Parts: sequence; structure tokens; C-alpha cells
Amino acid sequence: MNAITTAVIDLKQLELFAQGDTQVHGRDARVKVLVTLFFILSVISYHRYEINGLLPFTLFPIIMVCRAELPIPYLARKMLLICPFILLIGAFNPLLDRSTLWQVGSIEISGGCISLLSLLLRSFLTIGAALILVATTGFTTICQALERLGMPEVFTVQLLFLHRYLFVLAEEAERASRARELRSCGSTGRGIGSFGSLTGHLLLRTWQRAERIHTTMLSRGFTGQFHGQRRERFSHADLTFLISWSVTFLLMRTMEPATLLGSFITGAFP
Amino acid sequence: MSHHIVEVKNLRHVYADGTVALDTVSFRITHGESVAIIGANGAGKSTLLQHLNGCITATSGEVFIGHIPLTRNTLPAIRRTVGMVFQYPDDQLFMPTVFEDVAFGPRNQGLPEELTAERVREALELVGAAHLASKPPYHLSGGEKKRVAIATVLAMSPDVLVMDEPTSGLDPFARRQLMGLLREFHHTKIFTSHDLDMVLELCPRTIILHEGIIMADGATADIFANDHLLAACRLEKPFALQGCPVCRTSTN
Ligand SMILES: Nc1ncnc2c1ncn2[C@@H]1O[C@H](COP(=O)(O)OP(=O)(O)OP(=O)(O)O)[C@@H](O)[C@H]1O
Ligand SMILES: [Mg+2]
Repeated sequence: MNAITTAVIDLKQLELFAQGDTQVHGRDARVKVLVTLFFILSVISYHRYEINGLLPFTLFPIIMVCRAELPIPYLARKMLLICPFILLIGAFNPLLDRSTLWQVGSIEISGGCISLLSLLLRSFLTIGAALILVATTGFTTICQALERLGMPEVFTVQLLFLHRYLFVLAEEAERASRARELRSCGSTGRGIGSFGSLTGHLLLRTWQRAERIHTTMLSRGFTGQFHGQRRERFSHADLTFLISWSVTFLLMRTMEPATLLGSFITGAFP
Repeated sequence: MSHHIVEVKNLRHVYADGTVALDTVSFRITHGESVAIIGANGAGKSTLLQHLNGCITATSGEVFIGHIPLTRNTLPAIRRTVGMVFQYPDDQLFMPTVFEDVAFGPRNQGLPEELTAERVREALELVGAAHLASKPPYHLSGGEKKRVAIATVLAMSPDVLVMDEPTSGLDPFARRQLMGLLREFHHTKIFTSHDLDMVLELCPRTIILHEGIIMADGATADIFANDHLLAACRLEKPFALQGCPVCRTSTN
């Protein structure tokens, strides 16, 4: 359980990166949300065997990470954490889909393997883009941007509370499991038996704590709207950012530069 | 201004499990008064304070802030008037950084961003936590959290300051600092505390709560002179009145 809490605390860390002040951080949140959305849509619109076409898309996360000065090891660790889940989803692809798609010398590569690889690539790209969005914008500001883009307020506030609630749950879980560990004197304690009441308590405590937090929020004048740190105005730079990335994604998606490059090379050196 | 009068009439609070936490509590605190509410653990102090800005609803009885009855409609205005510091700072801090957290209140009041930043800086300075501004609240020590929690309320510049055990968990220096700060605050202030020496220094008036009932309400000096009363309420004299522990001489 402690592993989960460290992961969640780590997620809070992600939020802290949003305090940075690079150019990427300064872009209007709505623009970043839209660009990320376009990116994700372009990536997932490929068919399941696509790899070549996806490669140019790695440019976007790389450029964003560099320009926003985000720590690469941290992001890499987050991605690795997600790896097992993707593998779980795609694990059977190589077994089920044995038709040969590629032939490298005498080695035949089955469609299943390709689709697994493609799945991994697509997951990394989309999840990476989402992580970068949070790390350069902050969750509160993203929710605000969504609201200004026309999402009903009820949903954004729900989203925010869910986000906060996750942290509350993790903190309570950590306390409870530490208390249990300390009193079970290094052994596994009463084992699974005590976990029943532990989780029961945990839910109640989380519920109460969330309620108390809500009370303190109300007593500080909370009326159902979160106010983020930046009150942005749409600038020319924002517009350029939006248009240039959207056009790039569109070109990458439709022209398939990797294939173009490939045919150019094979064309040039027959 | 009659703005800062706090009046409680026959307040009764029964929790959902049947615990009677408060029973016909009445008092009136006028503008500029500094009042301590003391009592044993579980006496109902926190419960009482939470009624003062409508965090919980009374089973019966009424609360008036500046002659305005506390109802659903007046709640937002009353919450702007009454600043509340809760017993557990963990419940009060939830934003990604200390700065954001202190800015939460002023932003809700609709202050422009520059003014908010100024207020936040001032409030953090007052509690000696200016150097913590960019830290995440969950990485602070207990006392630091407490100080930031106090700053979150100061930043809203309330007319009535209500604090639940403000000095618990503070180091001696921070405690002194807070006491100085409270002395400077000239509006109405109400707080609970087990720090009876602070009560003696800061509050001319004290209310003793015992098992949900007001046992005494009067001048702090008189109350701490009454040994019977203190013993009956699981309290004792402040150390300042107990005489020197080394030479065993009594001050009175
Ligand atoms: N949510 C609740 N449900 C049921 N009973 C409660 C609840 N909260 C508090 N109580 C009970 O109400 C009584 C008063 O609690 P309260 O928190 O007001 O005490 P307190 O005077 O603040 O004590 P302390 O000095 O320990 O902070 C206690 O007996 C407590 O057990
Ligand atoms: Mg209490």
C-alpha cells in the first residue's frame, strides 16, 4: 500500500512542476489543452499495425519536455510505471495474431508483435502528452481551461474534487497502514483478516476527512469555483503555438513523412 | 461597529450517534473582546467553535454574528466576517503549494491577483513562514503546517478571528510570535486552548466548558483563582500562577 502512496505523492510532484515559468508554462492553458487533444486524437486514429507513421509524433513530447525544462528521469519513471498495465492489455496480441506482416531476413515478425509494439508506442505518446500537459499547466488550471472551452462547471468541479480526493485517500491509506505495520511488530500481523476492518475504517476516515476539508474550504469562501494562479489573455504567441502544432499534426497524419522520406531515399538510390 | 458581536443563544448540538456535545450554551461576546474557551478533552470546544461560522448545523438554538442570525442565506456573508482556524491544519491545507493555499481565500473573495499576492506575502510574513511559500504543504512539519493554516485565515483579513488550539504543536518561539500577533489583532477574537498561560496573558475573559455545559464565564483572573471550579472541570492553574518548581515558593 505504501508503494501506492509514494506513487500518488509523486503525482503531487508533477503538479509542482507546473509552477515553473518557461515559455511553455506561460502559454494559455486552453491552447495547451487543445494541442494535447489534437495530438492524442491524431495518435489514436492510426490503425493497430501502424509504427512508421507514429514515429514523427515523438517529436512533440521531446520538444515540449526540453522547452519546459521538465526532468526526464522523473517522466521516464512515470512511464515505466504504466508499462505493466499496457503489457497486460496487449500481452495476448502476439499469441492470437500470428499472420506474418514483416520479414527481416529469415525472421518473420507476426502481426501480433507489431500491434503490441504499436500499442506501446501509442500509449507512451498519449500518456506522455497528458503528463506533460499536467506538468506544464497544473490540474486546477486545466480544469479552468476546460470550463472556458465550454465544459459545464459541474463536471470540472467534480473532476477537481476527484483529484483532491485521490490524495486524501492516499494519505489516509498511508497513515492506516503505517499504524498497522508498527503494531504488527515486523510480522505480517493478523494478515488478511485485519485488512478487512482496515479498509472499512479507511473509507470512513477518508470520507470524514474529505468532508472536513470541504468544510474548511467553505469557511474560506469557496463557492464552487476554483481560481487558478494565472488569469491569461489570449496572445499572438498562443495562437501561433496552437496553429503551428495543429498543422504539424495534420501534416504528419496525412502525409506520413516517414514513408515519404523512405520513398525519397529508395527513389534517390535505386 | 456592531459588526463584530458574537452571540450564541441556547445552542444545543447532538451528534448523529446520540452524543450530546453541547447543551443550552449561551453567551455574548462584544466587539474587540478577546475570549478563551477552555475545558477538558471532549468538553465540546471544537464543536462550539464550528457553530460560529456554520460549519455544522445546530440541533436547536441560534447564533448571531453582528446581530445577523446565522442561516443558510446569511452564511456566505458570515463566513467572510468570521475567519476560522481549525484544530487540524491537515484539513485546511490542500493546494499544491503553500502560496496557492494561502491565496485560496483572497481569490474566493474576488481580489485581483496583485492584491492577492501582497496579502499572501503579508500573512506568511506575520506567522514567520515566508520562506515556505513555494513548498508543498504536505512536506511541512506539524508546526509549520499550523502556522500556514493561520496565515490562510489572516490573508482573508476577517473581522472576527476564531481559532481552535492555535498554539498546539508550535515551538516556544513560534508560540511567542503568535501571541504577539494575536495581541496586535484588535478585532474580536475567540479561541480554545489547553495553553492556560497564553489564556492568562491574552484573554481578559474566559469561558469554561464542561461536558457541553458552560460552567463559568467571567474574568480570567477570577476563574483561575477558583481551585474548586478548576478541579471539577479537569483543569488546573496556569504555570505562571503555580509558583516556582525549583524553590517551591508560591507566588500568592
Ligand atoms: N462527528 C462526531 N460524531 C459523534 N461524536 C462526536 C463527533 N465529533 C465529536 N464528537 C464527540 O463530541 C464531544 C465533543 O467533541 P469536541 O471535538 O468538541 O471536543 P473538544 O472540547 O474540542 O476536545 P479536545 O480538547 O480534545 O479538542 C466528544 O465527546 C466527542 O467524542
Ligand atoms: Mg477540539
